[in-house]
Amino acid sequence: MATEEKKDVATEQGFVYLPLIAGWLVPGGGHFLLRKWGRGALLAASILGMFVTGLAMQGKLHSNPHDILDILSLVGDLGNGLLYFIGRLLGLGADQVQTTVGDYGTRFIVVAGLLNVIAAVDAHNLRTGRKS
Amino acid sequence: MTHFAAVLLFALFASTVFGITMRETPRRMVRYGIYCFVLFVGAAIVLSWVMYCIAR
Repeated sequence: MATEEKKDVATEQGFVYLPLIAGWLVPGGGHFLLRKWGRGALLAASILGMFVTGLAMQGKLHSNPHDILDILSLVGDLGNGLLYFIGRLLGLGADQVQTTVGDYGTRFIVVAGLLNVIAAVDAHNLRTGRKS
Repeated sequence: MTHFAAVLLFALFASTVFGITMRETPRRMVRYGIYCFVLFVGAAIVLSWVMYCIAR
């Protein structure tokens, strides 16, 4: 009984938003922090797979938006966390989307970012006890 | 990569994340993931046929 109370106190301590931030920066990172290894690995594989597939399809990483749709796409891209910044640093992604498959690739990258945000919020919910 | 292969990959990745994040127990995660996958692919096939019929 007393041990359980101590465990509860221990899980309540620390920075509550750490899994959220870790999950945003590294896909699956929030779940890894919470020792949810299986879920974290599946999330990481899915998000990383989608991001890499998008790049392989000559998708575009948005940088300087010109209209409202570009801004929304940039927000989606930023959801990828470190993947986006590393991709930008390495100059990955096409400058201009010239093929239909390239357009699909751009959407893959945006959706990977949005899925990563969902995964990070899920890690936050696990941390706060809203989800088990 | 064909367009249908892109649909399958998209559905696989998205439904994996949906399954894990939207349900609590592993069994329900798997079931919901499969449900989302079938809906993604099914919707793509149905909409493709609808567009094909409209274009003719």
